[in-house]
Amino acid sequence: MAACSVEELLAKAEQEEAEKLRSITVHKELDLDFDVGSLLACDKNRIESRDFRGQKKEDFLRALARDNTQLLINEIWKLQTERVEEAIVAKLPEPSTRLPREKAPLKPRPPTKWEQFAKLKGIQKKKKTNLVWDDTAKEWRRRWGYKRAKDNTKEWLIEVPETADSNEDQFSKRTRAKKERVAKNELNRLRNIARAQKVKSPGVGLLPKAQQSRDELAQAVSVARTSTASAGRFQDRLAKEKAPRNSGKRRKFEPLIGDFSSERQKQLELLKVLDSRRPKLDITKAVNAQMRQEDREEAAAKHGRKGGKGRAGRGGKMAGRRGKRGKAEGGRGGGKKRD
Amino acid sequence: MRPLTEDETKIMFEKLSKYIGENIKLLVDRPDGTYCFRLHQDRVYYMSDKILKLATNFSRDKLISIGTCFGKFTKTQKFRLHITALDFLAPYAKFKVWVKPGAEQSFLYGNHVLKSGLGRITENTMQYQGVVVYSMADVPLGFGVAAKSTQECRRVDPMSIVVFHQADVGEFIRNEDTLT
Repeated sequence: MAACSVEELLAKAEQEEAEKLRSITVHKELDLDFDVGSLLACDKNRIESRDFRGQKKEDFLRALARDNTQLLINEIWKLQTERVEEAIVAKLPEPSTRLPREKAPLKPRPPTKWEQFAKLKGIQKKKKTNLVWDDTAKEWRRRWGYKRAKDNTKEWLIEVPETADSNEDQFSKRTRAKKERVAKNELNRLRNIARAQKVKSPGVGLLPKAQQSRDELAQAVSVARTSTASAGRFQDRLAKEKAPRNSGKRRKFEPLIGDFSSERQKQLELLKVLDSRRPKLDITKAVNAQMRQEDREEAAAKHGRKGGKGRAGRGGKMAGRRGKRGKAEGGRGGGKKRD
Repeated sequence: MRPLTEDETKIMFEKLSKYIGENIKLLVDRPDGTYCFRLHQDRVYYMSDKILKLATNFSRDKLISIGTCFGKFTKTQKFRLHITALDFLAPYAKFKVWVKPGAEQSFLYGNHVLKSGLGRITENTMQYQGVVVYSMADVPLGFGVAAKSTQECRRVDPMSIVVFHQADVGEFIRNEDTLT
């Protein structure tokens, strides 16, 4: 009985041992691929589709996950471990799986205008030393920036060039030139950015110029016109001014067969306006009338002269003619003249 | 085909008013029906609404002409009257010029009217006034522009131009293929 009990005990202990072992050893047909660094295990074994499809789908999945996790943890236990504050810690190796990046890699910045030009001309960047010898200060100084060598802003005297105006302030001229260079550089920088992003770079606007061309003037006008709070929406046009071209507005027409009566009304209104614009006193017409009047008078005077006996003033001068021509008309002509 | 814009209407009316003055009103506002101006391929056509509705059945490139062509807009947006408009200009013309039978043919061949060919002219015609040219038998032959005012016409020598030729009915034969 005792032997039996011992055997039983042994068997029981053995069973427990096996049970314990089974919980940590997993048998797989194919070994898993481990990437312990990223805590990753890949199971390449076939899955019995019958098991998967069966009633115990959930149980199957759970068991599979447990087994694989066990294998991964076994793998971790193989690593070097240490004890840190009551916790056992393993040092993970570098992950070997390459994960795809979230965002697309950055494209190289498109070359600036200068870089394009330099490439075309084969100009290469030269590395310059940071420090240069300053002869006046007798020490090595930075090439640029604060306390730089040969700092021309710190000069207390500037020679006036022979060609320059003697009253001109050379100091302010120098600072102005510097400011302009800085502004130009900034503008070029913005233009390069605009070109890189393929946005239309905003027009330089209107740089002051000695002589503006016709196009530049037109541009100036259009810029001035749209430079209102309402972007030129309520800006009136001059009488004979043409609409700006390429303003992005599409022409709109009345419908082909629309309201005929309103169309007619509009045209009649227009005619009324055109009619009122015509001057009431037509100068040419008036002059013509005047000329005709004069013609008539002249003709009448001619007739009058032919027979005019009573006219003393011109008598002597025209005597010969008068004598030659119609005598019969004399009386009538004179009569006309009188009234 | 589309209605004329306001600017186009104005330009056309200004040209028409040189020939028929305020009588354009009679073309716009007609008692015998609704008539309208429509632009098609830069040409202005005058037609009744019935014809217009019929014409809508044709695509733009197939439509050659509708109603009466009054003229065309040049590329610089100026309006040129065509001889086809004569039927509407002649009855309402304010200033007329009659040419002598001998000068009729010369005018119909596209020449200016000389003083020698001038039969009659409306009184008070100003210089550069649009005029309709008639034969002595009162048949409208075309239109032109007075080169001289009526007063001046009396004095000039016979070989000087009194009416500039603009269009004549001879164009119906000469420009048959382009006149629509």
